[in-house]
Amino acid sequence: MTYPENFRYTKEHEWVRAEGDLGVVGITHHAQEELGDIVYVDLPKIGAQIEQGKSLGSVESVKAVSDIYSPVSGEIVAINDVLGSSPEKLNQDPHGAAWLVKIRMSAPDQWKSLLSAADYQAYVGAES
Amino acid sequence: MLAACGLESAEDLFSHLPDDVRLKQPLALAPGISEYEIVDYFQARATENASQYASFLGAGVYAHYRPVMVDTVVSRGEFLTSYTPYQAEISQGTLTTIFEFQTMICQLTGMEVANASMYDGSTAVPEAALMAARVTARNRVLVARTLHPEYREVLGTYARYGRMSIEEFGYVADSGVLDLEELERRIDGQTAAVIIQSPNFFGIVENVKAAAEIAHKHGALLVMIFTEAVSLGLLQPPADADIVAGELQSFAIAPSYGGPYAGIIATKEKFIRQMPGRLVGETLDSRGNRAFCLTLATREQHIRREKATSNICTNQALIALMATVFMSVYGKEGLRELAEQNLAKAHYLSGKVKPRFSGPFFNEFVAATNGRAPDEINRALLKRKIIGGLPLARWYPELENCVLLCATEMTRREHMDEVGQAFLPVPQAA
Amino acid sequence: MINKVRPHITQNESLLFERSSPGKKGYQLPALDVPAVDPAAALGAANVRAEIEGFPEVSEVEIIRHFTRLSTWNYAIDLGLYPLGSCTMKYNPRVNELVARLDGLAWAHPYQPESLAQGAMEIMARLEAALADITGMDAITLQPAAGAHGELTGILLIRALLEKRGNPRKRVLIPDSAHGTNPATAAIAGYAVENIRSNDRGMVDLAELERIVDKDVAALMVTNPNTLGVFEGNIKSIADILHKKGALLYMDGANMNALVGIARPGEFGVDVMHLNLHKTFSTPHGGGGPGGGPVAVKKILEPFLPLPRLKRLRNRWTFDYNRPRSIGRVRAYYGNFGVIVRALAYILAHGGNGLRNATVDAVLNANYIRKKIEPFYDLPYKAPNMHEVVFSDERQAKLGVRTGDIAKRLIDYGFHPYTVSFPLIVHGALMIEPTETEGKRELDQFADALISIAREVETDPELVRTAPHSTRTSRVDEVTAARRPVLRWKPDNSSAKAAD
Repeated sequence: MTYPENFRYTKEHEWVRAEGDLGVVGITHHAQEELGDIVYVDLPKIGAQIEQGKSLGSVESVKAVSDIYSPVSGEIVAINDVLGSSPEKLNQDPHGAAWLVKIRMSAPDQWKSLLSAADYQAYVGAES
Repeated sequence: MLAACGLESAEDLFSHLPDDVRLKQPLALAPGISEYEIVDYFQARATENASQYASFLGAGVYAHYRPVMVDTVVSRGEFLTSYTPYQAEISQGTLTTIFEFQTMICQLTGMEVANASMYDGSTAVPEAALMAARVTARNRVLVARTLHPEYREVLGTYARYGRMSIEEFGYVADSGVLDLEELERRIDGQTAAVIIQSPNFFGIVENVKAAAEIAHKHGALLVMIFTEAVSLGLLQPPADADIVAGELQSFAIAPSYGGPYAGIIATKEKFIRQMPGRLVGETLDSRGNRAFCLTLATREQHIRREKATSNICTNQALIALMATVFMSVYGKEGLRELAEQNLAKAHYLSGKVKPRFSGPFFNEFVAATNGRAPDEINRALLKRKIIGGLPLARWYPELENCVLLCATEMTRREHMDEVGQAFLPVPQAA
Repeated sequence: MINKVRPHITQNESLLFERSSPGKKGYQLPALDVPAVDPAAALGAANVRAEIEGFPEVSEVEIIRHFTRLSTWNYAIDLGLYPLGSCTMKYNPRVNELVARLDGLAWAHPYQPESLAQGAMEIMARLEAALADITGMDAITLQPAAGAHGELTGILLIRALLEKRGNPRKRVLIPDSAHGTNPATAAIAGYAVENIRSNDRGMVDLAELERIVDKDVAALMVTNPNTLGVFEGNIKSIADILHKKGALLYMDGANMNALVGIARPGEFGVDVMHLNLHKTFSTPHGGGGPGGGPVAVKKILEPFLPLPRLKRLRNRWTFDYNRPRSIGRVRAYYGNFGVIVRALAYILAHGGNGLRNATVDAVLNANYIRKKIEPFYDLPYKAPNMHEVVFSDERQAKLGVRTGDIAKRLIDYGFHPYTVSFPLIVHGALMIEPTETEGKRELDQFADALISIAREVETDPELVRTAPHSTRTSRVDEVTAARRPVLRWKPDNSSAKAAD
């Protein structure tokens, strides 16, 4: 698995990429693999204020629930509707079509505190 | 076996325990007795209880006939002695009956989804309130005074620590129905739920639609509670409610001095992830055959732990099965006919003992005792082996000389006539 | 060699709604002895429903066949061992079913006059006394409807006491080996949950406890023996640490089957605990309930117990509602009386000595299983175990087979699986509690099955990974069941129907 270069990553296995002044957030390939078949995604409401490192929702498999921790602070401006009817997309395309939320970032320099693709690759390489 | 464990005596099994925790003397309990003596003991206790009395008690626990088939089915070892159906491959019997149960509750209540039962009606109330609080993210609850008094007490216990504020609103003095004007005055943007009962504790049928309108206007959920499940055979299902919860004891569950019973919570599909309690869903097995399994378990305590929708670990499976068999025995026509019989009996009684309230009632109503003490009337009835109505003063001081009378399909005309007699004013001395 | 079971033909059966046709009846009501009443006239037309759409219409024989056929698809204690850890799946005595159904008990209305309820009240009082003796505690409430309900009651009692002392405090400590109901309960009672890690022997770490307990901690919820089946040898010290800081010790009584007649929680520092009548005291699980969760307390908590309480007054029983400190009711009426009857019958049948013997047998059986299985499965915690033992799937996991798979293969051998993947502190747990009900023969068959499966993991892991093979229903698709929940029957359901 090659992790996209233009994404940034967290140790809790979330990713974020820039889209203008928005940060698009998702969970990594490693995360979906660990979780197994995903059955439900619980996302925040549009307009919610979120802080870096705090839970913005959760991902469920049949037997487990995992919190999703936001890589950046800001306001939720979009959520990915497709996950409501097709949570399995999160297993199929976690870096693309199955993004979770878009955040208008309030502190763009938080970007620097996140892991690069190479760092994350090393991190999960070490973990598995 | 001891040898296989490498031990000399059974006591060695406990030698690892600290000496200061070991019991040094036997338990004070009497020695074990034979099966015959056990039966004898309980027969004696049963005789000390009322036996062969006619009863006019309702108030949340109802005397309905229990078809013989109910015990035949639940006595099967495969139902009685089986465990919670976590292993779907070897629990399809239980899982299928729960799926049928969930379906029938939806059909009766007009809701879209029902769980596999709560402990009882009284604990279903705070669970429903907490659910409404989660859904609306609000913490104020308005509850009708005509919700069963003990159900309100239970709600109060849970709410005190769940940081919900509970306030009561009253009933209209002459009709006995909800005081909707008071509700309109008291409800606000912080109200999570309005909780009402229908038929209410006085036996009176409420205008659920009107109450729901008021609740919804303010963004609150309408929670409707029922204690007399047979009423669902005849009354309009409360489809305007957001959550329906209640007690199934009327469906072939023996009164058994207060329990065990089975409660339910039913709701709209959109609230399903906030619903507590076990759920059974339909799926396929690996060979493509229909199968059932426990599902949406991530709401529950064994996965979500402190973030669970409830701490509940039980569903009253065997009790729910009794209700399922009962509902199958009576079926579509029978449940209606049963309810109509209940209606007829109570209305006959109301011809002998005048109802205190003018509102429409199902199989219970409140009667005033014309200035006589209810205890006095009940004492006279007891002498004729009749247990009279429930005096209401302990919960409703404004109804001091009133009793709650219930008549079901099992109530006999001659007993109702006797009750009518007992309520007549005592002839004054000349 | 599987010798406990052989596959055989079972009946197919569709759902009641699929068997229904208009006009079929299974009931007959007597003729009314009073005039019929027009529902619309009595209730108002708007209050009367149309028919109950979709409700079953089936005959009596169809009902009997329906449920009988379904029952044959279930495993049950009556068929064989349930090795489920901390569930105490012991035999459910049938005399208990008979006595619970005696008319005077089964038809008693909770509001009937006390003079006509003395028998029921005597039964409750007798059980209270027996449980007080067994636990070494001072007072009992029979109100809670189940174990988790008892837990909530217990924590509310603690809260009430601490509130009376001026500060309810904020946190409840819970070992990471605890059952999920423990943290869920603490949260409902308004406490923040703090997990306390077990030490390398799977027990509560005394030093860690000493460090964490402060004036903000209301209680520690402990299970003893713990979920590894190991007795917390430091329990008195644990109690001391808590009591010194004004905190209380709550004990989850799920594992009482290891202690009855051997040790009493009231004597090793427990302030409040719950019991599970459907575990230790033999009342039937019935597929998931009903249960009974009485709570036992020390004197300091007695004033706060749910009301009403049974009181002896001039030679008869009465319910005492004059309890100003009570936490209130935790349910309507008095308790799961039908379950209480069964539990008392069990206690009367065994007596003090009999109950102790049951405990000894339960512990012996678990130790026997441990000895037989130990060579084949990894035993992460080596301390002496009591009535249950926990293995891990570590050896088998290296070959790609997990505890869940082994559990499913056990079904092919004729057993219900053990508790899978719990407690969480053991990776890939196999949690086994045989209870005293099982004789050597059943235990040997069970041990032999697990040993055989261990060999299969080495020679044919795929067989184990895809088990069970001989059940009517094979592994179910839980993923789709959760992704697209179908929670009720509808007339136009298009999923595959059971052949009929």
